[in-house]
Amino acid sequence: MSWLHLAILSPFILAVFIPLFYKNFRRIHTGWFVFPLPAVLFGYFLHFIPMNQNGDVYTKTLKWIPSLHINFTAHIDGLSLLFALLISGIGALVILYSIFYLSKAKEALHSFYVYLLLFMGAMLGVVLSDNLIVLYSFWELTSLSSFLLIGFWYERKKSTSGAQKSLVITVFGGLSMLAGISLLYIITGTSSIQEMSSQIEVITSHELFIPALILFLLGAFTKSAQFPFHIWLPDAMEAPTPVSAYLHSATMVKAGIYLLARMSPIFSDNAVWFITVGIVGSITLFWGSFSAIKQKDLKGILAFSTISQLGLIMSLIGVGSAALHYDYLDDNFYVIALTAAVFHLINHATFKGSLFMIVGIIDHETGTRDIRKLGGLMSIMPISFTIALIGGLSMAGIPPFNGFLSKEMFFTAMTNVMEMDIYHLETWGVLFPIIAWIGSIFTFLYSIILVFKTFTGAYQPEKLAKKPHEAPIGMLISPIILASLVIVFGFFPNILAYTIIEPAMSAIAPQLVQGGERFYINIQFWHGLNLEIAMTLGVILIGILLFVTLKKWTKIYDLLPEKFTLNNLYNGLLKGIEQGSKSITSFFMTGFIRDYLVYIFSFFIVLVLGTMWAKNAFQFNFSNVAPIGVYEAILALVTVAATITTLLSKSRLTAIISLGVVGYTVALFFVLFRAPDLALTQLVIETISVALFLLCFYYLPQLKRNKKLTFRLTNFLISLGVGVVVTLVALSANSNRLFTSISEYFLKESYREAGGKNVVNVILVDFRGFDTLFEITVLGIAAFGIFALIKLQLERRNENEKQ
Amino acid sequence: MKSNDIILQTAAKFVTFIIMIFSFYIFLGGHFGPGGGFVGGLLTSSALVLMLLAFDIKTMSTVIPFDYKLLIPIGLLVALGTGVGSFFFHVPFLTHAFGHFTLPIIGETELATATIFDLGVYLVVVGITMTIIQTIGESE
Repeated sequence: MSWLHLAILSPFILAVFIPLFYKNFRRIHTGWFVFPLPAVLFGYFLHFIPMNQNGDVYTKTLKWIPSLHINFTAHIDGLSLLFALLISGIGALVILYSIFYLSKAKEALHSFYVYLLLFMGAMLGVVLSDNLIVLYSFWELTSLSSFLLIGFWYERKKSTSGAQKSLVITVFGGLSMLAGISLLYIITGTSSIQEMSSQIEVITSHELFIPALILFLLGAFTKSAQFPFHIWLPDAMEAPTPVSAYLHSATMVKAGIYLLARMSPIFSDNAVWFITVGIVGSITLFWGSFSAIKQKDLKGILAFSTISQLGLIMSLIGVGSAALHYDYLDDNFYVIALTAAVFHLINHATFKGSLFMIVGIIDHETGTRDIRKLGGLMSIMPISFTIALIGGLSMAGIPPFNGFLSKEMFFTAMTNVMEMDIYHLETWGVLFPIIAWIGSIFTFLYSIILVFKTFTGAYQPEKLAKKPHEAPIGMLISPIILASLVIVFGFFPNILAYTIIEPAMSAIAPQLVQGGERFYINIQFWHGLNLEIAMTLGVILIGILLFVTLKKWTKIYDLLPEKFTLNNLYNGLLKGIEQGSKSITSFFMTGFIRDYLVYIFSFFIVLVLGTMWAKNAFQFNFSNVAPIGVYEAILALVTVAATITTLLSKSRLTAIISLGVVGYTVALFFVLFRAPDLALTQLVIETISVALFLLCFYYLPQLKRNKKLTFRLTNFLISLGVGVVVTLVALSANSNRLFTSISEYFLKESYREAGGKNVVNVILVDFRGFDTLFEITVLGIAAFGIFALIKLQLERRNENEKQ
Repeated sequence: MKSNDIILQTAAKFVTFIIMIFSFYIFLGGHFGPGGGFVGGLLTSSALVLMLLAFDIKTMSTVIPFDYKLLIPIGLLVALGTGVGSFFFHVPFLTHAFGHFTLPIIGETELATATIFDLGVYLVVVGITMTIIQTIGESE
């Protein structure tokens, strides 16, 4: 157990003690006990930066299930460190914020912080695990803790349904990922990512490569809310705002991006990867930004904005994979896409975190998040306004904030797509920059709406539940820190470039730096007048134009009726599955034993006939058939006659007696076929069972009229089928004797080995005495069963009489 | 109402013994001729049932004050014990042995442990048949 393992597991350990703190220190907000942990972890992870800058990695292994090659290997490289810093850093800020956001008196704080710590530990585990099985375990734990956090206010119906939806979708993806992991394990024989990376040739040439890739993509797309799996994220906004800020903007939704970046050395040099990731990312970017505008809820806007920004990062990772197609680093124009992805990842975490916190403050101070009721809060909440402005403009991609820089790089990457000479991009690649540009216009628009509809315009105090005022300083600390980071990264992007982005890039695209080279990234604030600047200017101009004319064209959102939305599709799917399975079940589980017997016998006929047909077993050979004597023929006729009487008789008594006839005829058959023991037993047993039948007959209720068996065609066909099948099987088995019978041994050895001349009896008690032992046990159980049934019934009857 | 079935009762007394002896014969001769524990047991119980028919359950229980249910576990124990006994001679479960002995009165006889096993079967069969018939007979 190293310090690194302890760091990953520390949130779980602390989570155990949270309820104790909550119970024993009621006067102190429980959050204060949680807050130091992520802060310390942040400091701990910071000290890995110099190591990473030198291009080194840090690996520690803790044996878990060595026999299955599953070990808890913690691995720190640039990518994991970036995420670990995000998780612990924003985690600390969110906890600080939640201390002021959540009421000490009203909320179940212990559950909140336990879930949050579980989530934090799981997330650290996801990003720091080298073993895919361990990663998967933590991955599902993030889904689970996210489910708990979304449903934190479990009395609200929307919370629980949102939690359920997110769980269904993310677990669907998680299980796909597990399938992908299994496929990779089959291909490589290892579940360690590092060891897989050394077998890239083996993996890419394997036939299971594409299925594994698609399954991994499903996992990443569902977790990162990509189209069409994005529908859970807006519903997850029912969670407390600190949760939304932490999980649904900065960390969990980026787990899918982490997974893609982590697996990109293995998968990304492939057209399917490029096309799927690039296109899904672009569609998500466009759809998210387009849908954000029609939202009336501030958190709804932010949710769709997150979806759109995740799509942006996703498309950059997809496009960035083209860099691997060219095996040189110098002049590799496409590396910029990966740089932009990593840089925007950081930027998004900063500005989206601050925006969520501000929305939380607005909600907290005014009592509503509805954009139609808000307005004119600028002079009442100046600090919040400033932060929102910084975050909003950064999100829109306006200089001098960090969003501007990553957006420029995004444009550069997307315009470069056209110049690629792979995957026929020279023709359809032009779609990438167009979608990117349109998406950016909408992004600009919703950012502006978010900030200006809330803080400027008419102040409507009569619509607000509370009298608004500026938030307490404690609540503002975290968004202030994040907003300052937005500005710092905006002005000095290169402090990130050397420390974090470059090592992260080496982790995403290790193929490019194999020859001892390293990435040199220099994010320039001003790179001259070029196409990207023109595009940004276009975004701003058209964006402002659209904002001014907002009322005139928002009608287009009504063009798409509610029926055709993805949410409706999802609900319909769930409902369809439920109703479908219900109707299927109620169709065949009728509750009538007759129906179940029909199924059983039909399957018997189909399976046996099918097997005989498939194995070509219809070979009948009558050469070893014994001659049929007169007595046999007579007895057979009697049996058939008795059987027909049993079936067609009108009264039960006749049926019982003809059944007895059948039994005694069988005993006679035993006599004819020289089985005296069987004949004896059959005679006695038949007598007893006929007596018992008569007993049953005697006790039948009076109401029942003696009725002839009604004829049903299905029953007739099935019974005919069963009879024919059994006959065929018997004939076929008799015609295909493969071995000589074992009975010769018994006949020969019966007296010598067991000292008996009655071979049947010797077999029963000596050669196969074990069977007999259990047969008499069965008889004993039957006797006690009858005894118990009758006695219990008697007692119950006595009780009823007493009452 | 007491019916007078003196012929039945008298005949039953004799016939029962004949059936009993026949059932013992069948049981003991099982190793060499048709028969054995199962049929022997069924015949014994049919003798007892004859008594039941001729008299009634109450009379039967005073004449033979024995709970037939006990025969089931006793028979199972006998059969199981035969099997377990083979462990004392370091042979697999239910390995039987037999030998020829000269007994007083009867003369040279073959004795086999399989007969003890068969005795278990016999007891169980008598037990279950009598239990079932008595239970059903006692219920109303």
